[in-house]
Amino acid sequence: MSSLHVVNPGLLTTLQDRGRTGYEDRGVPPSGALDELSFAIANALVGNPPGTGALEFTLVGGQFRVGQGGCVIAVTGDMQVFIDDQPVTPYQCHVLRSDAVLKVGRALSGARGYLAVAGGFAAEPVLGSVSTLMRGALGGFAGRALAKGDELPLAAPSQYLPTAARAPGQRLLPQREHQPLRVVLGPQQGHFAPVEIQRFLSESFQVSGQSDRMGYRMTGPVIAHLKGFNIVSDAISTGSVQIPGSGHPIIAMHDRQTTGGYPKIATVIRADLARLGQLKPGDWLSFAEVSVEDAEDLWCERQVLLNAYLDELLMRYRRRS
Amino acid sequence: MNTEEQETSLRIAPIADHALYIDFGEVIDAAVNQRVTALAKRVADARIEGVTGLIPTYRALTVAYDCTRIRQSRLIAHLERLLAEPDEQAAPVRTWEVPVAYGGDHGIDLLWLSEHHQLDPQEVIRLHSAVSYRVYMIGFMPGFAYLGGLDQQLHTSRRESPRLKTPAGSISIGGMQTAVASVEAPSGWHLIGQTPARSFVPSRQEPFLFGAGDEICFTPISAEEFDELWAQPDYLPQWTWRT
Repeated sequence: MSSLHVVNPGLLTTLQDRGRTGYEDRGVPPSGALDELSFAIANALVGNPPGTGALEFTLVGGQFRVGQGGCVIAVTGDMQVFIDDQPVTPYQCHVLRSDAVLKVGRALSGARGYLAVAGGFAAEPVLGSVSTLMRGALGGFAGRALAKGDELPLAAPSQYLPTAARAPGQRLLPQREHQPLRVVLGPQQGHFAPVEIQRFLSESFQVSGQSDRMGYRMTGPVIAHLKGFNIVSDAISTGSVQIPGSGHPIIAMHDRQTTGGYPKIATVIRADLARLGQLKPGDWLSFAEVSVEDAEDLWCERQVLLNAYLDELLMRYRRRS
Repeated sequence: MNTEEQETSLRIAPIADHALYIDFGEVIDAAVNQRVTALAKRVADARIEGVTGLIPTYRALTVAYDCTRIRQSRLIAHLERLLAEPDEQAAPVRTWEVPVAYGGDHGIDLLWLSEHHQLDPQEVIRLHSAVSYRVYMIGFMPGFAYLGGLDQQLHTSRRESPRLKTPAGSISIGGMQTAVASVEAPSGWHLIGQTPARSFVPSRQEPFLFGAGDEICFTPISAEEFDELWAQPDYLPQWTWRT
């Protein structure tokens, strides 16, 4: 079986899948790909079952030398991709020979890119997932980000090798939508005066440099509390918008602590989490309120669209193989 | 909004289209926490299609769901029915006997904490190991157990500057609470001891020892006994059902 040798790991590259579910009551956050949309497309492009572990790049990719036996890869996200110094297209699967050098450059827009390999990486699942949780040294490769010199073993590819699957257009680049992130207010909006909630929903915030897979910190307008900023700790969900003592919102992301003691003014809806995952320090964002029913409709419609898109990709495979 | 103040001060609120939040009140209190874990058990037993996770904390239960399988309005109807049922009379509680090496290298803040409270270190150990604690919730890090029931004489505000690294198994005091740490982690709490029991081992058949609603009693052990138990990777502390 082949492998990828890490020549340059990039800024922060980790193995991620759809995350581990069902352990939040034991203090384990879900982790998983921050942009699950681009992640899902990367896997479909190389014919992998949905949810196979893939590498997640942060702002810049990395450089890899292919081991004996070669492999088939696809990169998604708005990333520059080179094979043996020749530029190639992302959103397309490529066959790499032994000793080929794959270089993934910086993100042209957005923050994350994904590298999927046909058959997936050979990593041991921890609590049902190969996602890396660096804070707990769980999953991935040794529970940490890739480092120079790492040898990433690949699992055996599926029996047919795709040769030219290409995503039909790039209409699913979530980072290209410059619209407010949609939220449902609460569950602790009672900790804020109506004028503060209005400020939260009408002004723009900037993603601070102190943002990572645990949470996005905002700078800009300050949201004042009505009755102090400490609450008795309760659960934090992905997309929970907490207002700490400073009044600068923090949006909880996939590697968050599972519990915390700041009031939560709102929660980002599921359909907008992939777009949120593509935001990077310096980006501006604003929030718009929607109802629970609309949020649910948006997510259900998104899932129907994604499934149809993935089916379309798989159909192309069958025709070619 | 779906929020609704009920007479019991119980409140159900949406966490967008991800989850529902059932809040029993802004308190740290054994009776409130008992209602939370009792409801968590009833919801788990009801096996509602589309419910993907239950997260009990001090004062609230979060019920995660997948809206492609159940809509929130229907889930609320389910939960309201379960909430209307009376709490079961005292379900049996898992009670753990957790050995702790207090002080020395295992509890580097024991002397400071004793002086701070003008108590003999042996008296601190006696007070800390004399009662049984309730696991209010697991949070912060995988398997980290927050315990309620700490003797008032031992309540101690947190350190001004947190330590970046504290050992796995640390027994610590922060404010009115005490805790059993699972893995190495930063902490601003005072370290008074360490248990050789590994409360989180991902590869073990039961990866986690403690769950919300369990009881924990501490038994003082010597540093030698600690070393002996620590050297056994499969060592598990004893537990019994208490009714």
